[in-house]
This record gives sequence, C-alpha cells and structure tokens, in this order.
Amino acid sequence: MMGDATNLLTREQIAACAAGDMEDGWLGNLGIGMPTMITRYIPPDRDVMFHSENGLIGMGPPPTPEQFDQDLISAGKEPVTIVVGGAYVHHADSFAIARGGRLDCACLGAFQVTEAGDLCNWRLPTQKSGSVGGAMDIAVGSKRVFAMMTHTTREGEPKIVRERTYPVTALGVVTRIYTDMAVISVTDSGLVLERVAPGLTPEEVQAVTGAPLDMRNVGTISIAA
Amino acid sequence: MKNKKAETVEAAIAAVKDGDIVLVGGFGATGVPEKLIDGLCDRGLRDLTIVTNNAGTGRSGVARLFGEGCVGKLVCSFPWAKESFVFKELYDAGKIDLEIVPQGTIAERMRAAGAGLGGFLTPTAVGTDLANGKQIMNIGGRDYVLELPMRGNIALIKADRVDPRGNLTYNKTARAFSPVMAMAADHTIVEVREEVALGDIDPEIVVTPGVFVDTYFITGFYEIGKGQ
Repeated sequence: MMGDATNLLTREQIAACAAGDMEDGWLGNLGIGMPTMITRYIPPDRDVMFHSENGLIGMGPPPTPEQFDQDLISAGKEPVTIVVGGAYVHHADSFAIARGGRLDCACLGAFQVTEAGDLCNWRLPTQKSGSVGGAMDIAVGSKRVFAMMTHTTREGEPKIVRERTYPVTALGVVTRIYTDMAVISVTDSGLVLERVAPGLTPEEVQAVTGAPLDMRNVGTISIAA
Repeated sequence: MKNKKAETVEAAIAAVKDGDIVLVGGFGATGVPEKLIDGLCDRGLRDLTIVTNNAGTGRSGVARLFGEGCVGKLVCSFPWAKESFVFKELYDAGKIDLEIVPQGTIAERMRAAGAGLGGFLTPTAVGTDLANGKQIMNIGGRDYVLELPMRGNIALIKADRVDPRGNLTYNKTARAFSPVMAMAADHTIVEVREEVALGDIDPEIVVTPGVFVDTYFITGFYEIGKGQ
C-alpha cells in the first residue's frame, strides 16, 4: 500500500480538482458517481453548462420540493432542474451533440485507463455483460475526456496501465486522468504527471502507476479549505 | 380528417399483436407510457421484442410487461440497475433474451429507419465487444461501425399535448426517445396528458408532427411508477 493514506484526496477533492479545470464557456457531460459532484465546485465566475444525455442541455441542481417534476431527471435518473437558457432535446439530437463534437469535456468514472488513453468503464472482466448507456457515444465524441478514479484498486494494483485488462469503452479518448493521488495528461508522447496531491512525491505516484510518467514539471494540487 | 383518437386503452392498442417489435418511449421511469403498457399486459400478449433504454423500474410499466411474461427479447442500453430486478430474475432464469446497444446507437438506428436510410456509420463502439461481428469501414482515416436501421411494428410513446391531427409536444426529459420512435414504427400509438383544439399548438413548437402518429389516447396527469 501507498505510504500515508491521509495524503489521498477524497472523492469531493478529486471532483473539485476536475471542476477547476473546466473552462468558461464549456458544455460538459458528467457520468454517474464522482463526476456528478463536479457541479458543486465550478467557480462562480465561470459559465459552464451541463448536457445530460437523456435530453437536457443546461442541467441545474436538484429541485426543491416545489420545483420537483417527475418528468425532469438527469441521465443518472435523479430529479434535477434546468438552468435559465437551457433546452430539451430528443435522443437523436442529444447524441448528435455527443458524437458530433459539441461536448467540450466529458467527465467519466473509470475502472482502467491506458497510456494511449483507452477508457475502460462499462463492464468488469468478470461480468458477461454491462450497462453501457451512453458511455461509448459520449467518450468517442467529446473533445476531451476526463477520467476520474482512485489511483489503484483496493488491492493496490495500478488502474493506469500500458495494456488494458478490462473491456474497453473507447480507444484513445482520455485526455486527462484525475485520481486521489494526481492529475495526469495523456499526450502523443505518453503520460505527463501534471500535479500531485499535497504530501505526495512524483516518485510515490510513479510507483503505483503501471506506465511511465513524464515527471519533468510537476506541480501540487491546490485544495480549497 | 382521419380520427386518430381512441376512447379506450383497448382500442388504442388494438393493432399490437403477439411477436411484434415494440418501441417503448421513456428513460428510466420518466416518459414511459404506463397506461398503454398496462393495456398490453391485460391482453396477455406474448413474445414481444421490446426496444427501450432501460430494463424496467420497480414493477410498473415495462417491468410489468416482463413480469407477466409478455416479452421474449429486450433491446436496451442499460439493463443492469437495482430497480430492474424483475428483468434480472427472468434473464438469470434464461427466460428472456437481451441485446445491449449503446444509447446513441439505439436512437440513431431508429432515426435511420424512420428516415428511410439503409443504415449509418458511427465511431461509437469501434474496438469494443459491442462491435463484434459488425462491419467496420474506414472513412477519411477513421474507423466506423456500420449500424443497420431498427424499425418497430409498433411504437408506444407518451406525450404531453396533442391536437386532432396528432401533432405532439412533450414535457421536459419525458421526451427522450419518443420523437425518433414515432418515426420508426409502422404504427405509432401515443398516450397523452391533454388534448387541445386544432390550432392550439403553435406549428413552431410541434415536436412530433401528426404524420408520425396513428392513434392517441388521453390519460390526464398521473403519478409515474404507481401502477400495479
């Protein structure tokens, strides 16, 4: 196991870290789980809209009891609201937005990511089938894919690898990886270690990463109080 | 003007028969035409192929169809969810077939069918299990999967407002797949909250034009997921 577990980021801190990298004017899509927390951490001076693939552009926060509408849900099937200036679309248009390159960024949970940016997140190797939903369409079409996960499995095995051992969702799509230890960019020349969690060294991150990291210019993840 | 209005659920679904491919609107429990589905269950139809995004929620709607043994095969994108326990039990017992299709590919296969196309090329699923056995074509240096149109004998959808021509508007994310399903079926049946007079839906906001609608049935508002 890695040195001091207290140096690992929480799920909220990983989400905040990814949120900090979402730029003004972007349209994003958030997968189920940790990515949905990103909405809480978008800096208030940035105009970031969220697409929910069930047919919503401009997903807003959960409703108050007065706002609740059984016909207004997210792709995670949770009740949501729509922001002013949002729109409803049917599924063919919603996935035209995804495949057609209109999503600036998709933030998706992952089981495994390769150094080539292959994303594995739809099915475990032990399962005979999975629930793919819109993951393949969104991953393949988004301008950027932020993969969010713990750095290692519960057994301490790297989730960032050279060769995948999990069923793939989309080939070569991940542009950046956000874990409880680091932020890593996927580039044509390999993985670049951008930032590490406070208290961790680049070498400690490399030790639990299954592919070589370029560690020439590593910063520290800033954590808001 | 052709009368598209059915006065009863039984009349609305009279065209559905055993063995049909039925496209069922909705996402999760939202937008699912529960009243029309209850009608199918009450008729005891058999061996239906259901095309819909999820594998049922609780015991209402599509889950009731599974539970009453009406369905031989499900085509969907998201079968494994805790609320889809009725489907899982049947699947584990070998009593129902399953085809998993990416969500956007389901939508576009129906759109292609509705638009009279012979298929389409999508980058979705290239290199994955879900492209196994499918033709891959390289266009402009990028690989695409050839996907074929998916047509239904029947579409069952839920809308918010209808006029006597069958022009439809929807409510929020209950729209989901319904506009493409309405295009993609030989016979489209709509359950709709409210009927309005001809001219009361601004042509600029019609989402599904009545040309895609064969039959509609007025349900009024009801709380979803509270069926039997």
